[in-house]
Amino acid sequence: MSGSTRNKFGFTVNRSRLIDYDSSDRLVREYITSREPSFRLCFACGGCTAACTAGHHAPFNLRRMNTLIRRGEIDPLRDEVTRCMLCGKCLLVCPRGVNTRNVVLLAAEAIRKLDRNEL
Amino acid sequence: MKLEGKKRIWADYQKEIPDDHFFYVRSCIRQTFFAGSEQYFLKIMRDDLGKDVFEDPRHTTCTGIGYHGDVVPFETIQTVVARHFALATEAGYKNIAISCVTSFGIYSEILETWKHFPETLERTREDLLKATGRTFEVPETISHTSDIIYKFRDEIARKAKYNLVDLSTGKPLKVVEHIGCHYSKMFPKYGVGGAEFPHVLVGMVESWGGDIIDYPERRHCCGFGFRQYLVQANRGYSLFASRKKFESMEPYRPDMIIANCPGCTMFMDRWQYTIREIDGITYGADDQGIPVLTYEEVAGLILGYDPWEIGLQYHNVQSLPLLRKMGIKADPTKRFLAKDGSRLPEPVNLMNS
Amino acid sequence: MSVASKHVVVAGGGVAGMEAAGALAELGHRVTLIEKEQKPGGHLKQWHALFPDRRPADEVRKYLSRRIDNRNIRLFTGVGVDKIRKEGHELCIELSDGSELTADAAIIATGFDLFDAHRKEEYGYGIYDNVITSAELEDMFNTGKITTADGRTPSRIGLIHCVGSRDEKVNNNHCSKVCCVTAVKQAIEVRQKLPGCEVFCFYMDMRMYGPYYEELYRESQEQHNVNYIRGKVSEASVNIDNRLVIKVEDTLAGRPLRMELDMLVLMVGMEMSKAGTRLAEASGLDRGINRFLETGDHHYGNNISHLKGLFYAGTCTAPMNITDTISHARAAVAEAVRYLNTR
Repeated sequence: MSGSTRNKFGFTVNRSRLIDYDSSDRLVREYITSREPSFRLCFACGGCTAACTAGHHAPFNLRRMNTLIRRGEIDPLRDEVTRCMLCGKCLLVCPRGVNTRNVVLLAAEAIRKLDRNEL
Repeated sequence: MKLEGKKRIWADYQKEIPDDHFFYVRSCIRQTFFAGSEQYFLKIMRDDLGKDVFEDPRHTTCTGIGYHGDVVPFETIQTVVARHFALATEAGYKNIAISCVTSFGIYSEILETWKHFPETLERTREDLLKATGRTFEVPETISHTSDIIYKFRDEIARKAKYNLVDLSTGKPLKVVEHIGCHYSKMFPKYGVGGAEFPHVLVGMVESWGGDIIDYPERRHCCGFGFRQYLVQANRGYSLFASRKKFESMEPYRPDMIIANCPGCTMFMDRWQYTIREIDGITYGADDQGIPVLTYEEVAGLILGYDPWEIGLQYHNVQSLPLLRKMGIKADPTKRFLAKDGSRLPEPVNLMNS
Repeated sequence: MSVASKHVVVAGGGVAGMEAAGALAELGHRVTLIEKEQKPGGHLKQWHALFPDRRPADEVRKYLSRRIDNRNIRLFTGVGVDKIRKEGHELCIELSDGSELTADAAIIATGFDLFDAHRKEEYGYGIYDNVITSAELEDMFNTGKITTADGRTPSRIGLIHCVGSRDEKVNNNHCSKVCCVTAVKQAIEVRQKLPGCEVFCFYMDMRMYGPYYEELYRESQEQHNVNYIRGKVSEASVNIDNRLVIKVEDTLAGRPLRMELDMLVLMVGMEMSKAGTRLAEASGLDRGINRFLETGDHHYGNNISHLKGLFYAGTCTAPMNITDTISHARAAVAEAVRYLNTR
C-alpha cells in the first residue's frame, strides 16, 4: 500500500496486474519484428537469460522481456532494457537462432522513440 | 448466446431441495446489516408458502469468518457445526436451511470431509460429547435459503403483485445476478446449476419477469476474501475485485444486482460508496449507483410487502428509482421511522436516494 | 486365394480397420469389415487437410478406399459389434442387428471419440455463439467459409490446446498427442486463408513429437506469425458486443492476461469410444486407467488382447496419429497372421 495516496479510508483501490491485450501497446513489438524477424522465433527456453552477464547481478531477463514486448507491456522494461552489457553470449546459445543482441538494441531504440512519440 | 446450452448445464446440476420442514440457521452479516432479508425469508416461507421453518435461539455463529480468517481451527468449526446438527436432531429436523453462503460452504466442506474421512466424523462426535454432552445425526439435506426460494420461485410468481419490469417502458428490468463463491465453486454439485452457470438466482429473475445480464466478469469473486477485508490495509484488494465487476457490468446499465451471499451483498453495496468517494465514479442505469438486493428482498417486493418493512433503506445504495420503475409506491419520508413512529437517526451519504 | 485362407472379422471401419482389412485381404484371408456408420472412413471423413504437410485428407481417404477394394473383403455398414466371445478355437462375433459371425481371428479397431466439449463448462461451448471445436473448424475449411455465427470474418481467433486432455477435472489424465500439432496446422491454415486475422494458441506444453512437427511449429512462427501464449485458459465469456473474452495466465510473463476474440477453437482430445467401451465391457476385455483397451504388453505386445485370436489396432488402445495408426494396424495383422499360422 503506497502511503502517498492516503485518504479517509486508509486504503485505495489496488492496481491491476492484468495484461489487457486489447489496450496494450504493440508498436514496440512491430518495430522490432519488422527489423529483426527472428524475434518471432523465441520459444522462451531461457538459454539467453542463463548465459546473460548482466542478468546475474541485475534484474535483466531477456526471456521475460521478449514475452512482455510481445504482449505490449513496455512500462516495466524502460530501465531493464538499458542493463544489457552487449557481450553477445545470448546470441551464441539461442537454439532458435534469434538475433538476441539486435533485439535488445532495437528494443532500447524503440522505447526511446516511443517516449518521444516517434514510433 | 444460446439458452439451450445453459439449460443443458442446469439439467446436470439439480440438487434435492426438500419441500418442507426446515431447521433454519442464520447469518451473522445478514441479521446485522440487512436483517429484513432473514425476517422476510421466514415470513414468506411461513405466511405465503405455508411451510414449517424451525429456529432455535441457542443456534450460534458457525465461526466461518474466524475459520477463513485463520483464527478458528478446523476441528473447532466442525464441533460448532456438529452442535448445530445436535440442535436440529433434538428438534426432530433432518433438513438444514442455511441463510449464509459462508456457512453453506462450511457445512458442505464438513459434510464432504466426514464422507471421505469418516474418522473425522467420529472425532467430532467425541469432541461434541465431551464439550456439551450432546449427540447428533448428520442431516439428510442441506439447502442454502436461495435454493429454497428457487424451488418455490414459480409459486411466488403466481402470488406476485409486481414484476421485475419497468412499467414506463414495459421492458424487463436488467438484472445482474451474483453468486457467492462458497455457494458452488468448492462443490459444484451442491449448487443449483453448478459453478460456471449457476441457475439459482437466474431462475428467480426469469420467473419474476426480469432480464439477466451475462457480463464478462460475472463469475468473478466480489473480493470479500475474509482476511483481505478484515485487515484495513488489505481492503484495496477487496475493493479492486468489486470495481472490476462494476466496470464489466457497466456497459449493460443494470437496474439492480441480486445476490445470494451476505458478504457479496454487503460489499457490492458499500464499495459503490467507497469508489465514489475515492474515484468519483458511480455506476448503474441512473448513474447513481446500482441497488444490491438479496433474493428475499426481491421476493418480498414482488409479493407486495412494504420496502421499508423489508429494510431496503439499510443499504448504502437506495432503491427509490428501482421502486418507481416497478410501480411500487413507497414514501421516502417514512424510510427511517421506528415501529412506534419516532424518527430514527438518518444515515448520511446514501446513494441513489 | 491362399490355401490357408481364414476368416477374420475387423470391428470398426476407420483408418485402423480399413488398413487391417486391406492387409489381411492382400494376404489371402477372408475379411468381414464391420462399420457402425453408413460409410467407412471414421473421423478422417470430416478432416480437410492433414498435419504435418497439410496434404488434402482426401488423398489418404482414397488410399484407404483402394485398400479395402478387394474381393476378399466383405463390408458391413450401419451395424455395430456388440460382443466377442471365444468358443473352442473360434471367435463368435455378435452384431447389433442380432446376427452372429464366426471367425478364426478378430481385430478390434473401434477407434476413439472426440472429447465432448460441453463438459468443459467454463469455455461455454454450446452457449456462446463463436466457441467451436477443432473438428468444426475443419468443417469450415471444407466449406471454405471461416466466419462467425453472424457471418463476419473474424479478426482474432484463439485456439485452446488440451481441451479434455491432461485434465483431471474431466477424468482424462492422458495426452491426446495430436491436438498440439493439429492446432499448429489449423493456425497456419487460418493465417493463410485469412491473412488479416490474428491467431493465438494457448498451450501448456508444445508436444511436437512426430517427424516434421517441430519444423511445422517453427514455420508457424517464422512465416505465418502465429502467436503462442503458454497458459491454460480458465474461462470464456462474452461482452456486450457478443465478442468472446478469455482469461488466461501468460505463464512466461507471470501475469494474468485477458483478451477479446471473435472465435475460440477448442482442440478436443481423444477418449475411448463409447461403442468400444460397450464392446469391451460385454466381452470382458481389460482396460487401462486411461480407459482405452489394455494391451498384453506396452512395449512388445501392444496389439495383443488377453483373448487368444483377438487383436487390437489403432486408437482403441491409445491416442495416435494416422501414421502410427496405420503402422499399428499392420502390426496387428502380423500378430493375427502369426496366430493363424501356428494354430
